[in-house]
Amino acid sequence: MTTDSSPALGRAPLRLLVPAAVAIGLLVVPVVGLVLRTPWRELPELLVEPALRQALWISVLTATAAMLLCAVLGLPLAWVLARTTFRGRGLVRGLVAVPLVMPPVVAGVALLAAFGRTGVVGGPLRDLFGVTVPFTTVAVVLAHTFVALPFFVLSVEGALRAGNPDYDSVAATLGASRWMTFRRVTLPLVLPGIGAGMLLSWARAMGEFGATITFAGNYPGTTQTMPLLIYSRLQSDPDAAYALGLVLLVFSLIVLAVLRDRWLREAPA
Amino acid sequence: MTVNARTEGLDAEVVVARPEHRLDVTLSAEPGDVVAVVGPNGSGKTTLLRAVAGLQPLSSGRISCGGRVWDDTVAGVRLSVQERRVGMVLQDILLFPHLTATDNVAFGPRSRGRTRADARRDATAWLDRLGVTDLAERRPHQLSGGQAQRVAVARALATDPLVLLLDEPLAALDVGAAMALRLELARHLAEYGGITLLVTHDAIDALTIANRVVVLDEGRIVQHGTPAEVSALPRTAHAARLVGLNVLHGQSRGSLVELVGGTELVTTTPYDGPVHVTFPPAAVALSREAGSGSARNQWRGRVGSVAPHGTVVRVHLDAAGGLIADVTAESAGRLGVAPGQEVWASVKATEVTVHAAGPVDRPARIT
Repeated sequence: MTTDSSPALGRAPLRLLVPAAVAIGLLVVPVVGLVLRTPWRELPELLVEPALRQALWISVLTATAAMLLCAVLGLPLAWVLARTTFRGRGLVRGLVAVPLVMPPVVAGVALLAAFGRTGVVGGPLRDLFGVTVPFTTVAVVLAHTFVALPFFVLSVEGALRAGNPDYDSVAATLGASRWMTFRRVTLPLVLPGIGAGMLLSWARAMGEFGATITFAGNYPGTTQTMPLLIYSRLQSDPDAAYALGLVLLVFSLIVLAVLRDRWLREAPA
Repeated sequence: MTVNARTEGLDAEVVVARPEHRLDVTLSAEPGDVVAVVGPNGSGKTTLLRAVAGLQPLSSGRISCGGRVWDDTVAGVRLSVQERRVGMVLQDILLFPHLTATDNVAFGPRSRGRTRADARRDATAWLDRLGVTDLAERRPHQLSGGQAQRVAVARALATDPLVLLLDEPLAALDVGAAMALRLELARHLAEYGGITLLVTHDAIDALTIANRVVVLDEGRIVQHGTPAEVSALPRTAHAARLVGLNVLHGQSRGSLVELVGGTELVTTTPYDGPVHVTFPPAAVALSREAGSGSARNQWRGRVGSVAPHGTVVRVHLDAAGGLIADVTAESAGRLGVAPGQEVWASVKATEVTVHAAGPVDRPARIT
């Protein structure tokens, strides 16, 4: 740890340092535990297991699809929230944040209620097109998108708001339509924010469990993602669960490494 | 042209009612006019500019320009920003950071329907006119403040706007860069031929670039006139502080300035070339006889008017092409200054500020 940079203010008080140390322990010990508990010797054979490759493939596929869906739908929504004024904008922003605080299982139940066989959308879908969504790979993508979209929208909306709105004004005086301004000025300026939002939504989708298992089930080959596989294995073969957990941890650390400039940048002294 | 002159120019009645500020301004300008808009912070200068650009909705009023109605709250007309043909240059410069200088300037022509090649050709020509051809492929972060603002001016002019809106274009630049750009700006605005509204905090901008000055205070025009008129008789304390300056034009050689009209003036700032020199009215001392004191600049002149001005007495002289002197009531009484009387005016060389006027001298059109 760094030393106190302003010694004139006195020592950092123990009653703050001790809980801080406990917090660090709470965050670090489980990760260390996982690394220690991983059966390193059997790791190679556990990692070539077909079930893992299948689940990893589904996880990456559905998380990536959800990420792209978040970008395609979330960017326009973020723009509308950041750049237009309309009655009820505050309400819309609040609704966008609901999945952030909603228990994932409830999200899964809600998705079932909407897209299930008798749901508001699911019923007509089945009657008119013979399509059923729940317990399919599409359902996994839908569940992922539902929980990940707020991360994308709020992160990109923040990036849009952080930019100077007078860029839009200048572009308008130069004759650019709003669409052209969006395409040629706004979009390039928030590209880093979009990248971060996509990565965030991808990471959230990779870790998604509750909504997925409720809405899409846990079927190997179609809806069983990595977290669901880990959960299943923990009951039958704990060693495999630890090994799989390590794999997901590595993915998370990669995301953290990519986003380190955003999250780990020290506040200016 | 003479009949339609009023409709060719800018006619603006702008009322913007907001809880904290109210702007209520009527303003007209003809093509070729450079109107300096001055006033304290919060007086509504920027709001006026944004209203003309269409960025600020009017509470009531009417704006027309180039024979076309841009805004009319009674008739329900409100042209979009894109349809108004305005150019805007802001203090923050706001070049698009991801585009090169050329692409920034080409953005306007391209948005207005020129082909990519034509737009780039236009942009190159404008960068050339602004003297920044060699920076064409640089991105904004590779430009100095002065260079970036030149590109921003080129970008605004490249769409051939009817009205050019400059909001403190020199305020973010360091003194040297601001001085250099001020000279060029005066030249480009003279060539431009459209209407310029220039919001500024700096007296020298108002007095040397503009041919008309509008003084705003608390959302109203409190004074309107030529730079000479406003600087001679500012009606508000702010205007007095801002433009209550003597401004003389001349040719400097070393620290001697040969003034337009034949007299000379000594400065402590050696410079070779055309200059504007400024000094505050309070720096002008009056006496009955030619003094032998430390003041090195003395002129004999006739008193034009004498009027109380705050706590002092403001005296107008016909010396050196027109001078303003602020003297205390006591010394005015002692001298017995009265219109028509001959007096000596003197200014210390140390009180004189020299501003380079550049190769193309375009003093404010003083009428």
